[in-house]
Amino acid sequence: MVTGGVTKFAKAHPAMDFRLMVRRAYDYALKGIPNLTRDRIDGSRISYFSDHFTRQLKASSMVQDYLGLNPKGSVRIEWGGATGGECFQAAYEAVASGRMDVCLAAGFETMSRVETWKGNEFIALASDTNFDFPLGGFYTGYYALMVQRHIYEYLRRTKFAHIPDEREAQRLATAEGSRIMALVSVKNHQNALHNPYAQYPKPLTVDQVLQSEMISYPLVREMICTMSDGAAVAILCDERRAREFTDRPIRITGVGTGTDTMRLADRPFGKVPLLPTERASDYANLDYPGIHSFRAGRAAGIEAYRMAGITDPRRELDFVELHDAYASSEIQTYEDLGLCRYGEGYDFAERGDPFMSNIQYPFPTPNAGALPVNPSGGLIACGHPVGATGLMQAVFAFWQLQGRIAKHFGNKTLQIPNAHRGAIHSHAGTGSAVTVSILERGYRP
Amino acid sequence: MTTRPPVFSKFREVQEELGRSGRAIYRDANGIDSLIIRYPYSINYIHSYAEDTEFFLALADGKLKGSKCTRKSCGTVYATPRGHCMACGAPTEWIDLPPRGRLHSWTTCHYGSEAFLKETPYNLAMVEFEGADSLLFVRLKECVESEIYIGMPVEARFDPEPKYSITDVWFVPKRS
Repeated sequence: MVTGGVTKFAKAHPAMDFRLMVRRAYDYALKGIPNLTRDRIDGSRISYFSDHFTRQLKASSMVQDYLGLNPKGSVRIEWGGATGGECFQAAYEAVASGRMDVCLAAGFETMSRVETWKGNEFIALASDTNFDFPLGGFYTGYYALMVQRHIYEYLRRTKFAHIPDEREAQRLATAEGSRIMALVSVKNHQNALHNPYAQYPKPLTVDQVLQSEMISYPLVREMICTMSDGAAVAILCDERRAREFTDRPIRITGVGTGTDTMRLADRPFGKVPLLPTERASDYANLDYPGIHSFRAGRAAGIEAYRMAGITDPRRELDFVELHDAYASSEIQTYEDLGLCRYGEGYDFAERGDPFMSNIQYPFPTPNAGALPVNPSGGLIACGHPVGATGLMQAVFAFWQLQGRIAKHFGNKTLQIPNAHRGAIHSHAGTGSAVTVSILERGYRP
Repeated sequence: MTTRPPVFSKFREVQEELGRSGRAIYRDANGIDSLIIRYPYSINYIHSYAEDTEFFLALADGKLKGSKCTRKSCGTVYATPRGHCMACGAPTEWIDLPPRGRLHSWTTCHYGSEAFLKETPYNLAMVEFEGADSLLFVRLKECVESEIYIGMPVEARFDPEPKYSITDVWFVPKRS
């Protein structure tokens, strides 16, 4: 990867349609590397999630057209919430296969064209329309069901195992899980205060999060990402050209994808696919994935780590930008990606490992800086214009690894010192498709 | 010259105007004007339940149908029917499911997508059945948030006037 650009994500960008948004991000990307002119781009991979939101089929062709890239090759990428992450990997594959020397990955979504609850309906059409959608058509409801079971498996059955009354034990476990989800929400909103691209940066307290409106028990408003308009681009090329375009290229050393059943109800109760640091005996009594964990995320992580030669992601990654559509799914994803073991996600957050060491949060974070997760603010605070989101993560990771956060954000607060290797994670549906990509410094500082 | 649509600097006001006249101009903080129109869009789909048909017809008869893998060495039982087995790939056959089970997980939705907003709050539940390897996703009624817990015994109720939707069945707490 040699450059990238992002538009500021916003509730609505009425003065820009999707073509102009992509053009703005593309101009930003090209501005930094004068040797990379449009004629050097061999083609594109263009991503957006929903034709319903855009009310324009073949919108990717219109982006290709607007950028003046015709008659070069281009393909539209759609993979639900993981659309942006998959677009990034599709561009990687175009270059890695030798088909292109230089490939543009561009993604966008214009979700402001419908009202919020109609937008939720469009998103919920990405659930089985025979069995799932007619029950309420609501993704927050699906994630609430999942985290309820996650809390049951990992808090009710451990910390609250001594409480005999089942209802009371579950209530207390859910309150504890909610409190820890609130820590994650505070982290992401507060990190975003230093990211000028973020849609909803704000200082919050745990109580403010917990007292925000209940959307689907136990998920409250501040634990949930919003709908956005936005675009992001990344330009990928082969290694020889990379050094011609920039003295700080970033290598993509691992790519992984994973899948699972469309319907949550169909998820099997089997064994955990293990990372090199885990043993089968760690999970002897765990039915996996059920509806508490994301097997697709685990599969994507295993593939990407293997390719990048990572055996212990906790120690070998400097940061992770992951798909926190919900504070709950951030905690679940810590475990899927092996940042901690299954069952340790709540402790991992509470100990402060995923927090920034140089930011003062309104509670103690003893291990802060151990492995920052979503230093940018993630989806919860940056916004989630679906087709752009995975590429936004790539751009933020790229700037992080180049050591150029200050240049692009206007301040260096979110720059992780000496960041050498990071992971980005893009997630679809109720976990039906996930991508993980590993990015590393491709230069000596 | 015809009158131009009214100009607003708040997007909420634009949305209100669209509800009235269907046209408005939004002027952003930089003074850039965008003409915005209302565009209605509705569709009547011709939606076939295809290989899932038997399940929806059974609901109308007050019965729950699952499916079972026909390969003897596999025999996976699906509470949400699948035409082919996910584990081994063999075709499945229809089986009767018991009209009772236990809650595997649940939530109360205080919002929903537009089509379901008027039904809020409503409960969603995953139900596990004795002898089945997968779950069924349903509405849970006749109980409120504070009563519900994972493991709660529940039983099925069926709509006497079927709409041929998954909502023709719902579960309620089992009264002992």
